[in-house]
Amino acid sequence: MASEVSPVSAAGEWRVGGQVLGSRLIVGTGKYATWDVMRDAILASGTQLVTVAVRRVNIDRPDEPSLLQYIPEGVTLLPNTAGAYTAEEAVLTARLARAAGLGSLVKLEVIGDPDLLWPDPVATYEATRQLVDEGFTVMVYTTPDPVLARRLAEAGAAAIMPLGSPIGSGQGVLDASAVAFIKERVSVPVVVDAGIGSPGDAVLAVEAGADAVLINTAIAQAANPIQMAQAMRLGVEAAFLGRAAGRMPRRERAAASSPTLGVVQGPCKP
Amino acid sequence: MELKLNGSWRETPELATVGALLDHLGVTHQAVGVLQNGQVVAREAFDAQPLHGRDELEIVRFVGGG
Repeated sequence: MASEVSPVSAAGEWRVGGQVLGSRLIVGTGKYATWDVMRDAILASGTQLVTVAVRRVNIDRPDEPSLLQYIPEGVTLLPNTAGAYTAEEAVLTARLARAAGLGSLVKLEVIGDPDLLWPDPVATYEATRQLVDEGFTVMVYTTPDPVLARRLAEAGAAAIMPLGSPIGSGQGVLDASAVAFIKERVSVPVVVDAGIGSPGDAVLAVEAGADAVLINTAIAQAANPIQMAQAMRLGVEAAFLGRAAGRMPRRERAAASSPTLGVVQGPCKP
Repeated sequence: MELKLNGSWRETPELATVGALLDHLGVTHQAVGVLQNGQVVAREAFDAQPLHGRDELEIVRFVGGG
């Protein structure tokens, strides 16, 4: 009799601050060709949490349609501090997002290198402390550094989000062992954020120990974003199902899958 | 009155509050964040928050991002 397979229950719910989430996929809302495509991709991904950026209103076109109209019901918004190069800018952006009515959840991002969009670890740490102090639930984008991750968690971060590779690069998870080391060292969720290019990359992140993955460009810039969103969903679910199932041990040498007895032999004398 | 709005100085009619400025600009009060001279203005306080000539304001909203 076939038993029921439920990938979602294999992963189980997870929590960030007070937020309970079923989906292990967080999706970005940038770089889609149209908002209709974005909405359909969000739906296909099954995500319950999407990132948004904070930017100036166009004073000359105040009636521009709002992104928020295209966010499916039941999906929570996670404002980011993208564009911030100092702790002060990031803190200000987070305060503005909260004042605009988006709650206390924030994806903290303080960049230190414009070419690599690499996080500034010192400013990131300072901003984490400040935002935690102000009551924010801080999901912090960071370098894949196990020591910094531990320090950020000690400072009160609600999730540690190491980059897999540079933002928008699609290079995948360049150091999977760093993800595993971080996961061993913090008790809050670990989310691989940035660099995921394919479903295989998402699987690798989860197999390395990530509790979730955050994906934007790989979905938005795929030839078919809606299909890719579904592929990412299935990849993440497959990885969690595989984790729950317990993978076989690695061996250095081969071990035959077929019986070694009863092998057909040809004639001794040709 | 003269106000610096999202980085550029502009001339507006005399407006008493931040809320009145948003109405004048045609900007909704929903899902909008306002910074007045570096201080965040709570959304509930838009209509009570006094506006003065030479104030510098940042008015932000949410856009697509990762």
